[in-house]
Amino acid sequence: MSTDTRQLFSRGASLMALALPLILSAGLALAQVEGQPAPGGVGLPATVTDVGHDTQFFYNGILLPVITFIAISVLGLLLYVSWRFNENSNPVPSKLTHHTGLEIVWTLVPILILVFISVPSFRLLTKQVEIPEAKVTIKVTGNQWYWSYKYPEDQGGGFGFDQLMKADADLEPGDVRLLSVDNEAVVPVNEVVKLQITAADVIHSFVIPAFSIRMDAVPGRLNETWFRAEKEGVYYGQCSKICGKDHAFMPSAIRVVSREKYEEWLAEAKKKYAAAETPVKLAASEAVR
Amino acid sequence: MASSTAGAHDHPKGLRRFLFSTNHKDIGTLYLILAVIGGLVGMLMSVAIRAELMHPGISVFPGLAQMLYGADPSMATDAGKNLYNVFITAHGVLMIFFMVMPALMGGFANWFVPIMIGAPDMAFPRLNNISFWFLAVSLILLVMSMFVEGAPGMMGFGGGWVFYPPLSSNIGHPGPAMDFVILSLHLAGASSILGSINFITTIFNMRAPGMTLHKMPLFAWAMLVTAFLLVLTLPVLAGAITMLLTDRNFGTMFYDPAGGGDPLLFQHLFWFFGHPEVYVLILPAFGLISHIVSTFSKKPVFGYLGMAYAMVCIGFLGCIVWAHHMYTVGLSLNAQRYFVFATMVIAVPTGIKIFSWIATMWGGSISFRAPMIWAIGFIFVFTMGGVTGVVLANASVDRQLHETYYVVAHFHYTMSLGAVFGVFAGFYYWFPKMTGYLYNETLSKLHFLVLFVGVNLTFFPQHFLGLAGMPRRYIDYPDAFSSWNYLSSLGAFIGAFSMLVFFYTVIEAFMKKRYAGYNPWGSGATTLEWTLPSPPPFHQFETLPRITGAEHQ
Repeated sequence: MSTDTRQLFSRGASLMALALPLILSAGLALAQVEGQPAPGGVGLPATVTDVGHDTQFFYNGILLPVITFIAISVLGLLLYVSWRFNENSNPVPSKLTHHTGLEIVWTLVPILILVFISVPSFRLLTKQVEIPEAKVTIKVTGNQWYWSYKYPEDQGGGFGFDQLMKADADLEPGDVRLLSVDNEAVVPVNEVVKLQITAADVIHSFVIPAFSIRMDAVPGRLNETWFRAEKEGVYYGQCSKICGKDHAFMPSAIRVVSREKYEEWLAEAKKKYAAAETPVKLAASEAVR
Repeated sequence: MASSTAGAHDHPKGLRRFLFSTNHKDIGTLYLILAVIGGLVGMLMSVAIRAELMHPGISVFPGLAQMLYGADPSMATDAGKNLYNVFITAHGVLMIFFMVMPALMGGFANWFVPIMIGAPDMAFPRLNNISFWFLAVSLILLVMSMFVEGAPGMMGFGGGWVFYPPLSSNIGHPGPAMDFVILSLHLAGASSILGSINFITTIFNMRAPGMTLHKMPLFAWAMLVTAFLLVLTLPVLAGAITMLLTDRNFGTMFYDPAGGGDPLLFQHLFWFFGHPEVYVLILPAFGLISHIVSTFSKKPVFGYLGMAYAMVCIGFLGCIVWAHHMYTVGLSLNAQRYFVFATMVIAVPTGIKIFSWIATMWGGSISFRAPMIWAIGFIFVFTMGGVTGVVLANASVDRQLHETYYVVAHFHYTMSLGAVFGVFAGFYYWFPKMTGYLYNETLSKLHFLVLFVGVNLTFFPQHFLGLAGMPRRYIDYPDAFSSWNYLSSLGAFIGAFSMLVFFYTVIEAFMKKRYAGYNPWGSGATTLEWTLPSPPPFHQFETLPRITGAEHQ
């Protein structure tokens, strides 16, 4: 009986161990379209930045195995203790209340595990926070409830625009509900882009999961973050700090294109937004006051 | 004990007994009733939230807004979006301040800390009374806040339980709703501070002769640490929200950059309270789980001193890690490094507790009565919540997961499963002592089973949602997230159903009147409450017990 149970248990455990990476890779395989969430995904979304690859390695390769092992060990211990020391199989309790060696071990082993985790953790943290020299700088401002972008003059910009979610009625084929926007921000591929992030009213948070970036937009404060996208495409994010009634309806979208296409877009955008911006902005702000 | 007519002491009756009560057991009962009310409302709100999130699109809340406020149908969608935010805010505040805290600290600690340390009552019985009534009034203020204007043209405060300005200042919520919330928090805070002062004084001064601190039961230790955390951190919250109140009403600019203030100042102050607060919610559960595990393993607690000082250590560390809630606000690299380091250290004393519980069971003779089932469930779900905490402690990964459902899953595994399983474990452990009646074991185990399945089904898929990037506090989500949200909502409904089992279990116990006697749990139950009749006399220990060994730990 007991060997049967044990066999069953070990078979179950090995099945679990086999199934976990399978489920994970299935989740990753489903993530076909980079930049937006995959239906039914169970893991981190596909990434297109160096920092993103490091984050994925750190989570999938180090943290997830460690925490899975710990959780399954504790569960295993609880099940074993419940089976081995229930009052039927062990009617007379022992009086064991101290074991210094054991207590030292279960203090030291977690410390060693944490040290093991902290090395890649701190390396990745430094990489995220220290901003390399950037060719493109964009200022992003959070508003209730849309993002606005400014491209600086000295980098061929000198214009700004607002980015609003497309209402359900305006969705075209290929658009994603709640994620697609009217004006995408455009950046060149394989170049370091620095974002300067702030907010005009309440706190918002600018996030693009596929780039592994997240930075709060705080009024009166200019936060900076960076990314270098390796692949062309459209990458979506959603405001991630509660900001009022339409918090769920202010996505952000960044289109990554080649340098040439980027230059073309800059030229076009300069005309388009220069024409539109001044009167619209004024009218809007008049209306508010 | 003759509790009928006038006995040896004057026993107030009816309204006088409870309204003007100075008896720690009666006040404990009042707190437990308040916790049931708070928990029930908070849970119904979570059911509404999960019903909304069951399918993509907005379906439930516009109708709710029309029902609650009589919102105009043309404005119903906007009112619904606002009401959703109000609900998530109120759900958090209710569950923290009006369910877990009144249950563990107001209810169980009031009932059992004096008894466990061999004291006749709390040190300041009248203070105890005002602590309770402050909390009751605080609940009324919170409910009132939902029916006055918050955001322009909207009812209630919908900015999350963290109340970050400028959303909570005149920019985001110019209406008086937030002022009601601030006053509600002031009262809840005063209630907790007064209660904590009472516990600290009681524990330091009223232990029975011979009960040194190192012989004191772990639940009393847990309450001592909890009370110190509250006394140290609640004044900081009180200061923070008072500055918010003056920002809103008297033209100060503590949190307004336009006047040289800083919105992040509020976040630092809030989390200086907010992070210790989560330990306030879980430490009492740590304490009572130790007693339950020891009782039903028929063994003394393994590593008693390690367990006590692990809690002290967790309490201390809990006070110096607040900014791990703020990795993405633009903290400097060095600040982030420090908070990563300090946060990870908390895993060590927490690990000591988990392993010591298992070691207490090891070699024991375990009887699987209902409280023990809940306690084992607690250890497992708390471990699950703990390991995802280690993940989130890393600022580098938190950059990906912050403000997503991964965080929601993490803190619900520690709180909604951990702390709540602690509440129910304590409830089933002490119910016979408090009421004098035994409940039906099978029913209480069924309650466990249904709730365990329900909450795990609710919160486990939320890890996947968070990894995939679904932000929290969203009324609607891209269609890709729909499958896990559907499962999560099913789980929430199962969890809600378990409450019906719970109420039936309690009602059945009162109707059947199976007498519990002094000690229904047998030789493993060694703390002083099991030396008294059930329910204990109105005033216990008129002759103080004399403690010699470590037998009442």
